[in-house]
Amino acid sequence: MGKTLVEKIWDAHLVKRSEGFPDILYIDTHLIHEVTTPQAFDGLRRRGLPVFRPEQTVATADHNVPTLNQHLPIREELSRLQVDTLTRNCNEFGIELYGLGHPNQGIVHVIGPELGITLPGKTIVCGDSHTSTHGAFGCIAFGIGTSEVEQVLATQCVLQQSPKTMKIEVNGQLAQGVSAKDLILYIISKLSAAGGTGFFIEYAGSAIRSLSMEGRMTVCNMSIEMGARGGLIAPDTTTFNYIEGREFAPKGENWQQSIKYWQTLYSDEDAQFDSVITFDAADIGPMITYGTNPGMGMAINETIPTTYSQPSTEQLSYQKALTYMGLEDGTAMVGKEIDYVFIGSCTNSRIEDLREVAEFVKGRRKADNVTVWIVPGSKHVEQQAIAEGLDKVFEQAGFQLREPGCSACLGMNEDKIPAGKYCVSTSNRNFEGRQGQNARTLLVSPLTAAAAAITGKITDIRELLQVGS
Amino acid sequence: MRKFEHLISTVIPLDIENIDTDQIIPARFLKATSREGFGKNLFCDWRYDSNGQPKTDFALNKPEYKNARILVAGKNFGCGSSREHAAWALQDYGFDVVISSFFADIFKSNALNNGLLPVQVSEEFLKHIFEENRKNSDLELEIDLVNGTVKVLSTLKQEAFHINAYKKTCLINGYDDIDFILGNKSLIESYEAEQAIKVDKIVADNKGVFPEDSRTNNR
Repeated sequence: MGKTLVEKIWDAHLVKRSEGFPDILYIDTHLIHEVTTPQAFDGLRRRGLPVFRPEQTVATADHNVPTLNQHLPIREELSRLQVDTLTRNCNEFGIELYGLGHPNQGIVHVIGPELGITLPGKTIVCGDSHTSTHGAFGCIAFGIGTSEVEQVLATQCVLQQSPKTMKIEVNGQLAQGVSAKDLILYIISKLSAAGGTGFFIEYAGSAIRSLSMEGRMTVCNMSIEMGARGGLIAPDTTTFNYIEGREFAPKGENWQQSIKYWQTLYSDEDAQFDSVITFDAADIGPMITYGTNPGMGMAINETIPTTYSQPSTEQLSYQKALTYMGLEDGTAMVGKEIDYVFIGSCTNSRIEDLREVAEFVKGRRKADNVTVWIVPGSKHVEQQAIAEGLDKVFEQAGFQLREPGCSACLGMNEDKIPAGKYCVSTSNRNFEGRQGQNARTLLVSPLTAAAAAITGKITDIRELLQVGS
Repeated sequence: MRKFEHLISTVIPLDIENIDTDQIIPARFLKATSREGFGKNLFCDWRYDSNGQPKTDFALNKPEYKNARILVAGKNFGCGSSREHAAWALQDYGFDVVISSFFADIFKSNALNNGLLPVQVSEEFLKHIFEENRKNSDLELEIDLVNGTVKVLSTLKQEAFHINAYKKTCLINGYDDIDFILGNKSLIESYEAEQAIKVDKIVADNKGVFPEDSRTNNR
């Protein structure tokens, strides 16, 4: 019997499998950041252990960093302390750090791919649940906790049960105004916030194949929002073209050898998945969430599902979510006034996202009632945006282009949405308080976010695109 | 790591589904560089009002639940962020066990890696606990890790729960994974030495056709 892609990569990284024990899985690349590592480094010190493979570990500061005036010392004391602790730990243990001021700094899941560190066939972990992003390149990538970060620092391995596999196939073509973000929000709304738990998901089908690498990263990024450990897409020419020439990508003869290996990375035709689900791209419209988990999403032109249509055991939680959001079941979302637009996060802060937004807003201006933040995913994305003149487009539109970091996706720095305010956001989580205490998050694609910024209301992007064309 | 074998305790009920790690410990409290002290901010935004005063209707603030060491919560507990701070906060507050009908993966690993026991029960059993607790807030549960059972002491209703045998041994003895992996260090080193050869062999042995090539040929 053939193997799934997940099984191929997993088996190639098995250090030890024994009955009654989890697998010892070898990790090729360990990405680290300031929030989930200080306690892991302390653990190493307590045990008197070095970092086993420092050259396979890459660090950046992203969660806590301000997105204005990054050249100045971090004002917030605890944030500064955490970022400084990362610097000290990297120096002590010999780890490459792309900290503030470094041209490679940025959100950990943006810099890995753009630097050519993320490659097909690899195993990649990071103390961050959105590590699933890297799966877009056909690798096994998943988030881990701090105890596991310590494990990987100490041994370059993690203990893991081999996962179940799910295939999600999306066939057909996405309509105009519908993007990778809508596709994944649609899938999550169908499967629920727990529908992928215990699985690694392989995304396949013609709609997935026709996505750019940026789009594929957006899809894989949100696998965790269904509870899946990871998501991945078999590599193809789109993947190889994206990687070629990047800073740490294989070069010359190594490149040729790598391609040969990467071309073995697909699920065999007779491979067995534990679950297979199929969707039609034509059924997907621009999406928006109305609740407090990413599974509570719908097509933007629909009305919020009624409480009584929910399973009886879930009605209490459902109503609690709508109360928090200040929304009523059975009502429409389109036309509702909003306060903030956040375009950024490891889900949608790449150059393609910024280009798409800029193309739409060129010659338009934001509504007066809205504050718009655009936070690029990395220093490289920021520089590229400036080189292409996108900064001017944003400025004329009244959008504020800030400096790279996780920013208002989780509000660990100063970028918080005030209580009660609505934020149309390209990030990945609409949990209570995620973007600030009592802030209300509406998850959407970059295009839908841009449309809301211009009109000041929740808007079906398709209406504006028709007017434009 | 903290050891765990057996516990009899009252419970704190949180009959809410999809409790994510941002609720368990909001991101603004993740700036600490040690593992201690997160308990005071556990469920902070549900527990305190905007003036920092305890909300009297929230279960953690009810005097009858003061000494409970078991949290009982709705399905998909611990979804969202991978922050281990969620497990640390629950433990620091005084919980030894969390019961739910379904746990998010990363939360479950984090809990197990800290000696906080995640007990997965059926929907019916979870409902039974909530119902009995509503009748009597002194309701006690008995958790027996060695035999893998959870029992409602007032009704004697009991259910078995599953914990991976390796993890069970770790919990009962207070072992952690690093010792186990380091015990296999020579295997890790030989894996590294052979990795390139292994990849060459995969390429040589591959009998299939790269799907993109077959798609192109079929056109």
